Amino acid sequence: MSHPHSPMPTEPVFNPEDPENRVPIKEPGDEPTWFQRRPNILKIIIGLYVAAGLVVLLDAVYTKHVHFPVEYIFGFYVFYGFVGCVILVLVAKLLRLGVMRPEDYWDE
Amino acid sequence: MSSLLPHGLLLAGALLVPFFKGKLRAAYMLAIPVASFFLLIQHDSGSHLQVEIFGQTLTFLRVDKLSLVFGYVFHIATFLGVLYSLHVKDTIQHVAALAYAGTAIGAVFAGDLITFFLMWEGMAVTSVVLVLARRQRTSIRSAMHYLLLQIVSGLLLLFGIILHYQATGSFAFDVMTPESGSIFSLGFDQAGTWCIFLALGIKCGWPLVHNWITDGYPAATPTGAIFLSALTTKCAVYALARGFPGTEELIWIGTTMAVFPIFYAVIENDLRRVLCYSMINQIGFMVVGVGIGSELALNGTCAHAFCDVIFKGLLFMSMGAVLFRTGRINGSDLGGLHKTMPWTATFCCIGAASISAFPLFSAFVSKSLIMIAAAEAGYQVVWLLLLFAAAGVFHHAGIKIPFFAFFGHDSGLRPKEAPRNMLAAMGLAAGACIAIGSFPMLLYQHLPYAVPEHAMPYTTAHVIQQLQLLIGSALAFVSLMLLRIYPPELHSVNLDGDWFYRKATRGFVRFVEGPLMSTFGLLSRTAHETIPRAMQHFIRNPAAAMRLAYDRFQLGWAGAFRSMDAIDRAQVRLKQDQGRYEEAKVGRVWPIGTIVLYSAIAFVIFLLVYLF
Repeated sequence: MSHPHSPMPTEPVFNPEDPENRVPIKEPGDEPTWFQRRPNILKIIIGLYVAAGLVVLLDAVYTKHVHFPVEYIFGFYVFYGFVGCVILVLVAKLLRLGVMRPEDYWDE
Repeated sequence: MSSLLPHGLLLAGALLVPFFKGKLRAAYMLAIPVASFFLLIQHDSGSHLQVEIFGQTLTFLRVDKLSLVFGYVFHIATFLGVLYSLHVKDTIQHVAALAYAGTAIGAVFAGDLITFFLMWEGMAVTSVVLVLARRQRTSIRSAMHYLLLQIVSGLLLLFGIILHYQATGSFAFDVMTPESGSIFSLGFDQAGTWCIFLALGIKCGWPLVHNWITDGYPAATPTGAIFLSALTTKCAVYALARGFPGTEELIWIGTTMAVFPIFYAVIENDLRRVLCYSMINQIGFMVVGVGIGSELALNGTCAHAFCDVIFKGLLFMSMGAVLFRTGRINGSDLGGLHKTMPWTATFCCIGAASISAFPLFSAFVSKSLIMIAAAEAGYQVVWLLLLFAAAGVFHHAGIKIPFFAFFGHDSGLRPKEAPRNMLAAMGLAAGACIAIGSFPMLLYQHLPYAVPEHAMPYTTAHVIQQLQLLIGSALAFVSLMLLRIYPPELHSVNLDGDWFYRKATRGFVRFVEGPLMSTFGLLSRTAHETIPRAMQHFIRNPAAAMRLAYDRFQLGWAGAFRSMDAIDRAQVRLKQDQGRYEEAKVGRVWPIGTIVLYSAIAFVIFLLVYLF
């Protein structure tokens, strides 16, 4: 553990090697849950695409009180959310090229 | 009763924690924030508690609607944090956490800048314990990084308060916004206001000085991070709302804060650090609200701070539970935990829905106030950027956090469900998120101003538009996942604003160790060795010393320009003069009277020069 004169223990308090702290892992016969079965994942994905189509159509059923003219575009919010997030991820990937370093970069 | 300070109770109560053990300690610690809360509600809006010290009136307690709403939520956060950390045996963490909450609440209710400064520094000192208490190799470094910026902020604040006092003659902590609304219109004589502005900005996590959050909070203990995430930054938001409402620059600072961290959040692996980036993003919305400064915008800032403390606390709690049970927090090491931690996963999803502003969840009723205020003030670019940030929140915090921790790729880990006290804290926080989101008047009635009818959140348009935005965002996540474009979680660090000062300080240290130290070494040797030795040599026999110097010069001259004979002669002369020099007695001792006489003459000359 810690050096007797050091003010702080140098080892992490949570030591995964310690049998008391070992995290139980998957054992044989471990059944997948509802969320882990492929057909259900497919259902979620298809459901999401259908929901997206439906909420775009919702734009036809209410009157818009807009602050800015862009909001008049049909399905503006779905479009903006989707494109915004795609750009977000693509830019973040580019950002990785510039800023990603090995985990011990600041250690020396 | 009403002369007792709520935060005084927390501070005093914190010191007594070590005297309790076991169940009694748990009951005692839970009772402190409750008792403090009851003390607080004894005070009506507008009540003051003042003390006269050294001719200055210190206002320890200023209760008005702005401070009350922050005071309430800090009490809620403290109670939840204490409940969440009841299983912790490490006494110092409990003491530090309660004292930290006490100073944060003290800062919110401080009516003058001196009291505010004391509490501001108190927060820094008590909160760093929560980072150090993790006791990992990297904790000290992160804690020092954290403390460094806290102390810089504290010193700037102190400096600013002194200058502000010189300029205005008052320590009152009131609105300091320049009349033109722009901080750049302040003259040099109001440098104090600038310093205070920047000091608040550091603790608020402004761009380039935000890395104490992203470095310090993920290094904190699982339980300490709950207090950290709730208090310091929101206290800074309160101080900005108190001191600088309507300062135009804040709109742009806030927009930057809302936008840039989400890019980092997408590529960050440490899920608690993702939450830190997402916290800066949320604070960005609040800062924009302060910058707009209208009644609706300030309402939005307060409401969003209130909700953020609870839902961000809830998300930190769920990640803390994962860290506590598995010892892992990187998205690349986790996944599939919903199997054995279903309650934690559910609460995490509620927190995620709340931060993403789903209808019926808390941010839906708070973020919209700021959005409407920005639109009404005519800031179209700001509004579009905030809308982008709002979509990004769902992407990186709403989906990414629960997905990578509890669903997604199965890590094979089957940890136990979180301890009961953790589940209770998470359950209460989740309940609060849904209650506020579903019954916004619970929150609105405590805001500084009345919320106008047109800003009420549950209109058909707002609900539909928000659902559209969120589904668009979710669609992007799913599509990019299916196309395998989504960046995988990787073990790495990402350079950020701290790169500048980390590299700069490292360069500074190298410069000090290299060129600077050798220059100073040379100067030091010259001043302490070379010159004294030369003087000693001269004083010992001034006439012979001068002669020797002349001989050496002649020898050099002869060596350069004259015949061998001349060199020989010069050498002989040098040798003779050296002998004469050595023969002289060691320096004549001057009587004290002479020295006094010379000193008196020098003094008279100095006086003459000085006076005429």
